[in-house]
Amino acid sequence: MKGMTLIVKKSTQLIAGIIFMYGIYVIVHGHLTPGGGFAGGVIIAGSLILVTLAYGGEFLKLVKEEAGTTIIESMATIMVIMIATAGFFFGTKIFFNNFLPRGVVAQLISAGVIPLYNIFVGTEVAASIFIIFLSLVIFKEESPQ
Amino acid sequence: MELSISIIIGLMILGALYAIHAKDLLSSVIACGIVGYSLVICFLLLKAPDLAIVQIVVDTITLIIMVAVVLDSSREESYSKLDTKGYISAATGILMIVVLLYFFAISVQSLDVLGTSSLRMANYYIEGAAQKTGSANLVTGVVFDFRGYDTMGEAVVLVTAVLGVLTILRLKGKK
Repeated sequence: MKGMTLIVKKSTQLIAGIIFMYGIYVIVHGHLTPGGGFAGGVIIAGSLILVTLAYGGEFLKLVKEEAGTTIIESMATIMVIMIATAGFFFGTKIFFNNFLPRGVVAQLISAGVIPLYNIFVGTEVAASIFIIFLSLVIFKEESPQ
Repeated sequence: MELSISIIIGLMILGALYAIHAKDLLSSVIACGIVGYSLVICFLLLKAPDLAIVQIVVDTITLIIMVAVVLDSSREESYSKLDTKGYISAATGILMIVVLLYFFAISVQSLDVLGTSSLRMANYYIEGAAQKTGSANLVTGVVFDFRGYDTMGEAVVLVTAVLGVLTILRLKGKK
């Protein structure tokens, strides 16, 4: 896939990082403001898709990267299940037990394990959406015809 | 508020009808965007900002992916003439719609008016959920604490979907 013109590349340089930071903000503040893991993960995937569309496949050497995204996605899902299983070993023996201290409501570090769930679900969603985009757009160029 | 929601839903129906009948596939994809973004305004009017954020982001990404795929392949829709099999299929579809509408009309009479029903579990969730879960955002508290199994299933469904996409779309076999 070829890249786009110079104007698109320059504006992408300015905007893509801000979109990525906003996705991280939405994920980390998921237990305080509207949003959360799913919305923030899709925003992060959107910034990566923007860079891919503007600069083309060769710039990012994407043929090698696609294995990396699937590994990150699987690791994030396993981490979610492992945090859920960790509830067995602390306090009440229940799956999805909130075993960390709750803290003060409406502070950034509060709500026990809920921010950790948000972070890992966000990573997993970002990797999933990005790998679907890559497989729909990039795989066509590997084909022999 | 009911009037504005009705107008927006009418717009959504028009957009969906145009998306089916458009000659150019690119304009059909953009007409699908009308449906998604009108749904965002409906969510905002019904006071559900969490859903509105997820819907607007997912809709934008879906539109970008669809436009990229349409620009990569052909923009013309492939038509085929209707034969006897096609007429039989269409008649079966219309018959099924009539039957389902009949049962819908029966079942909708025993429901409450939209927005007036209050569920037992919903009241339990709302009372002191911030103290129970420690999360100021009630939706996140429900999604990751009270309904943790649902969220885990959703994450696993996404992984399975990606595995399916990779399996189907891979053109080269593994060496």
